[in-house]
Amino acid sequence: MDDHGHDTIGHGAAGDEFCDDAIAQLYTYLDGELDAATIARIESHLQTCSPCLEAYDFEAELRKVIAAKAREDCPGEVRNRIMSLLERLDGGGDDAVGPSDRTPV
Amino acid sequence: MADQATFSDQVAPYVDQLFAAAMRMTRNQADAEDLLQETFVRAYRGFGSFTDGTNLRAWMYRILTNTFINTYRAKQRRPEQTDLDDVEDLYLYKRLGGLEAASLGRSAEDELMDLFTETEVKDAIDALPEQFRMAVLLADVEGFSYKEIAEIVDVPIGTVMSRLHRGRKALQRSLHGFAVERGLAERGSDGDGRATDGADGAGAVRNDE
Repeated sequence: MDDHGHDTIGHGAAGDEFCDDAIAQLYTYLDGELDAATIARIESHLQTCSPCLEAYDFEAELRKVIAAKAREDCPGEVRNRIMSLLERLDGGGDDAVGPSDRTPV
Repeated sequence: MADQATFSDQVAPYVDQLFAAAMRMTRNQADAEDLLQETFVRAYRGFGSFTDGTNLRAWMYRILTNTFINTYRAKQRRPEQTDLDDVEDLYLYKRLGGLEAASLGRSAEDELMDLFTETEVKDAIDALPEQFRMAVLLADVEGFSYKEIAEIVDVPIGTVMSRLHRGRKALQRSLHGFAVERGLAERGSDGDGRATDGADGAGAVRNDE
């Protein structure tokens, strides 16, 4: 990643402060929590700075991988028990599920 | 005000994703199922206070989270010694970022997809101290916004951002540790290690901030 003069992300030859800014906003950008002006500023930097773009790409892909691999299938028998609980709630309401505390949620 | 008669129809679509979240919270299937049952019972009882047309998914996650904290957390007490400090930004990218250059034509996503197993990703999430685990789970796995997470776990947005920031870095260090163990990445010189329990007792983070 130093083929563009960047030894490390955020400390590049081509405009330190723009790289620092982009890297500082990386997660907020990926989280979709930035205002339009900041998004425009970041995206215009990414168009001209491939090391930063590469870091953004890496983090975006990493997040997809984490979300995909953290998935958990609900086992059929668990699902059946939950669905029958929902049916009991629909049918007999509260009393169908036995005593329990009534702490409001 | 929501009609209780419509409760099961409205919440049924969330059973699978709530189960997945319950698994990451409790870290075992039996507790996850108990947590889910209790969550639906509480949700049913409180459904009258849910306003139709508002965010039912976030409302269900809030009940799930509260139920977990009130009912299961005490029972799950175990040392949570993950050291969340002093992990640099872009931890994984700085160590693995060159991967895709090594095999032309493959995307970073393909590389990362192959690099980590499901078990490793789940273990890395499960190793995070609870508050950080919840933030990372709700943002990166469940896709909630900062504002939604703040409402679900009942903390200010700034706290959500701080927990996410630290939790994600610790998660990356954990994942890197797995890659090192399997010989897929080089051990760094800065004491990289998988951030699992007991891996580093020093500097343990208190769970109550």
